[in-house]
Amino acid sequence: MLTYTIRRLVLSIPTLLFISLVIFLLLQLAPGDPMAQVPLTVPPEVKQKMREALGLGAPAHVQYWKWLVQFFWIEPQVLIDHWFGTGFAEGKLRVISWQTRSPVMDIVMQRMPQTLWVVGMSYIVGILIALPIGIYSAYKQYSLFDQAGTFVSMIGFSVPPFFSGVLVIVIFSVNLGWFPSIYDTTHVVTDWASFKVQLQQMIMPVMVLALQTTAQISRFMRASMLDNLNQDYVRTARAKGLKESAVVLIHVLRNSMIPIITVIALGIPSIFGGAIITETLFKVNGIGQLLLTALFANDLPMVMTLTFIFAILIVLFNLIADVLYGILDPRIRYD
Amino acid sequence: MTDQSSDPSDIELYGALKDKEPPKEPRSQWKDVWDQFRKHKGALIGGGFLLFITLAVLIGPLVWDVDPKKLDIRNKDMRPLYTLLWDGDARTSWAKPLGSDNLGRDILATLIAGGRASMAVGWTAMVLALFIGTAVGVSAGYFKRLDGPLMRLTDLFLSLPILPLLLVAVTLFRQPLRANFGPETGMFILIVGVIGITSWMQTARIVRGEILALKEREFILAARSIGTTPFKIIRRHLLPNVVSPIMVSATLGLATAIITESALSFLGVGFPSDFPTWGKLLSDAVPRMEEFPERVMLPGILISLTVLSVNYLGDGLRDALDPRIRGR
Repeated sequence: MLTYTIRRLVLSIPTLLFISLVIFLLLQLAPGDPMAQVPLTVPPEVKQKMREALGLGAPAHVQYWKWLVQFFWIEPQVLIDHWFGTGFAEGKLRVISWQTRSPVMDIVMQRMPQTLWVVGMSYIVGILIALPIGIYSAYKQYSLFDQAGTFVSMIGFSVPPFFSGVLVIVIFSVNLGWFPSIYDTTHVVTDWASFKVQLQQMIMPVMVLALQTTAQISRFMRASMLDNLNQDYVRTARAKGLKESAVVLIHVLRNSMIPIITVIALGIPSIFGGAIITETLFKVNGIGQLLLTALFANDLPMVMTLTFIFAILIVLFNLIADVLYGILDPRIRYD
Repeated sequence: MTDQSSDPSDIELYGALKDKEPPKEPRSQWKDVWDQFRKHKGALIGGGFLLFITLAVLIGPLVWDVDPKKLDIRNKDMRPLYTLLWDGDARTSWAKPLGSDNLGRDILATLIAGGRASMAVGWTAMVLALFIGTAVGVSAGYFKRLDGPLMRLTDLFLSLPILPLLLVAVTLFRQPLRANFGPETGMFILIVGVIGITSWMQTARIVRGEILALKEREFILAARSIGTTPFKIIRRHLLPNVVSPIMVSATLGLATAIITESALSFLGVGFPSDFPTWGKLLSDAVPRMEEFPERVMLPGILISLTVLSVNYLGDGLRDALDPRIRGR
């Protein structure tokens, strides 16, 4: 198992390098000019100087190499400095956003809590709703509950977040006035009243996103439970007189959770990636919204770094899912 | 030896072996599939609705021949006719059954035109993704030498962050394609292209798995033994056998393509604003949704219902095409 993990880790390095190259080359083709927002009164030769100051004049391979060094060598040093108070990265050039002229990773760290709160919470809520639904619909296959569950998850698959989000805003904040339609990120929870406000502003984005998670995971859970419910060991468990709850919730559930856990692990990168649409809709200033604004502002270092962070997360959680599968299911041997 | 068969007990024995009723006509596979498909009510309704929507956007402009781009500023901000049910004073007009927008464009006509664009993008992107996916899957499954590189490529595509990259690609290539093909065709090529290129991986994996299993079967060996060329084996023997997984992933692909196109339009990187699609109509209507909720609801409901029906259709197709489930 360990050798398998190490082999996969080593293999993922060229994959990631290749992905970063693909993203970089794609961005190199960008027609946009980061100097487009600079006033027209600035003379062209000054603009040219400014471009060179951003590192735009250098040939592509030099730019790519600089980015690699900044991302893989200097940024970790900054992190170590931050943790242990050392001075490795002093005076070294970090990945700088063209929009704000501040280090990209600092902005990412500022935005991360909002995304983790809203999108992460929605993922947890979605899973917590999905698991019981999946278990019960499989146990009572073709019952009314199962039909209703299937319908709800079909709705979750089919209604895009930009419609369900608008819908809940119209219903709950315009017509009923229960929840605010804009997520206030400066809100600080200090006491019960402010906690309630936080809860109110989180409910809508969380539920919109949770509907999607629920739809997906409850389908997987149902299918996985159905696969296991007809197995011989279930009959054995019943035959030796175990309680029905013990059979379903211990024997069957534990076996059915194996594929579900990997599905859950595979979905985690999308939390960090942020839900671009939902964040835009509810004005949550998280990672997804950051990416969108960076794209529209031609802020290439920001786009490059963010997209690459998503790629790292996807590759990493793919690996984690595979390894988890091997640990949880003794029938699977990678070596 | 021959006279033994005329023994009466023998005849009785043969009689027992014979079927009591005359043999039924042989049933074709597709008839079985259709019978199973018919049992799935959701799939039947979904298929019907998809057919209805497709026909509506195709024939609709002939029946309701109002130009969706025609400005009629005197009759702007009309409400749909059905608002009369609860609000007698609403500004409505029989000439604009679903109302008009802030520039007086007829909403029914824009919805039909938008549906046309959305469905065209959905179908084309789906066909493109299926084509790439099947080609990659078949070549990886059939030719051992290609298997490794092609599957690595598939894994690589699967580990790309799709929506961010879609946004990047659309913002980057918008200008050159628009300059070369005109604003609408250029955008169409771009959106279909990026959706197709980023959604073929699942199909490729499924097809490769099926081909790997099929190619060890006897009928492929037989075909190869009489000297059939690989290309002909793939066309005559392998492709017909992988039609069902391809059809199922086609429905999923159509649903994803429609949603992705709407999402891109919603984020403002889709078609130009005078070229309506359902996602574009929805996002344009969001700022004034308090006064005119129907402008958000109608395109949203249309997108959701279309995708829902496609998903149900796929569910039914999967059941109908799976011989293990069929007949139960």
